[in-house]
Amino acid sequence: MSATTHSLEEIFQAKIDADVRIEPKDWMPDAYRKTLVRQISQHAHSEIVGMLPESNWVTRAPSLKRKAILLAKVQDEGGHGLYLYAAAETLGVSRDELLDALHSGRAKYSSIFNYPTLNWADVGVIGWLVDGAAIMNQVPLCRCSYGPYARAMVRVCKEESFHQRQGFDALNVMMTQGTPEQRDMVQDAVNRWWWPSLMMFGPPDAESTHSTQSMRWGIKRISNDDLRQKFIDATVEQARVLGVALPDPDLKWNEARQSYDHGPIDWSEFWNVVNGHGPCNRERLADRVKAWDDGAWVREAALAHERKKQLRAKAA
Amino acid sequence: MSTKNEWPLWEVFVRSKSGLDHKHCGSLHASDSAMALQMARDVYTRRQEGASVWVVRSDQIVASDPDTKDMFFEPAEDKVYRHPTFYKLPADVDHM
Repeated sequence: MSATTHSLEEIFQAKIDADVRIEPKDWMPDAYRKTLVRQISQHAHSEIVGMLPESNWVTRAPSLKRKAILLAKVQDEGGHGLYLYAAAETLGVSRDELLDALHSGRAKYSSIFNYPTLNWADVGVIGWLVDGAAIMNQVPLCRCSYGPYARAMVRVCKEESFHQRQGFDALNVMMTQGTPEQRDMVQDAVNRWWWPSLMMFGPPDAESTHSTQSMRWGIKRISNDDLRQKFIDATVEQARVLGVALPDPDLKWNEARQSYDHGPIDWSEFWNVVNGHGPCNRERLADRVKAWDDGAWVREAALAHERKKQLRAKAA
Repeated sequence: MSTKNEWPLWEVFVRSKSGLDHKHCGSLHASDSAMALQMARDVYTRRQEGASVWVVRSDQIVASDPDTKDMFFEPAEDKVYRHPTFYKLPADVDHM
């Protein structure tokens, strides 16, 4: 028996090494399945919790144009959550189980959404930096070894690039046409979101617990630190064009590495937020649970309506 | 955790424009076919990706078994004469 399992695992790894995608009904090691369920569902949770800080500004957006854009973006995030939940469900977990894990606090979502959106510039900075970092993380996932996850990510990435652009555009309008107060608002938002955005790439490679195995399984393609560096290198130039300062005195070009050096990241803040003590952890989860509970009667009524139709069709 | 109160799962197929096939693009939960169609439109065609949508209950799909894939598809493997490249033609008519 163990010899058979061994060879199944060898066949599986050989497929991964040959860049053949794994599909839902293919044999896969339990640990691979578990890792994917954890990662894809965390990703899905992040998409729908990510709607909360932004929805705060739907009614407060400064113009009809900005409101329409923000609504479209929030709707996209809901769609992205759906693609990802559907990908996770192909691994044999139910949507209800996944949502229950989120609502009971057992499952995590991206810590970035536990920070508050205090002013309108925060919405722009979320698009520019937070979605920018998300895209950097997500593009390599389009080549993930698990087919349904990779296909969901292709769809997400296609839609996500407008999110980053609209954020940059909103900030650029404030910087070029705004009052000094509005420009200060942008700088203040950048100061607050810069470090949390860098933390979105996860702990440093040396301390990242899941990285090595995920790389071997073709779930992860590029290391946390490498992605973070790519993001910093791309963002410094954008900040210069925008006319904002990035709040890191140690940020400077390193000619030898052809990359920017940056100051130390405060990982104690990261772990503090991951472990539930960020500024908005409780509020976000409470909002999610309330939305789910308030919607219960709609879900039940829709099912009852369908059952009634079926009975009527049978009787006729 | 019970799943009996979950809305059933539907597979979504979208034809991106007339003349092309409907292509599988994902799945969603909906209580009935009308809702499944509307949600498929909202989720999968927000940027004019579709000219037509099909939805079908996932439990109605019959699929081949990946474990018997080799046996199932093997009969076609040794019939190379079904491909035009099997036939070597004189150089003069090689564009046939």
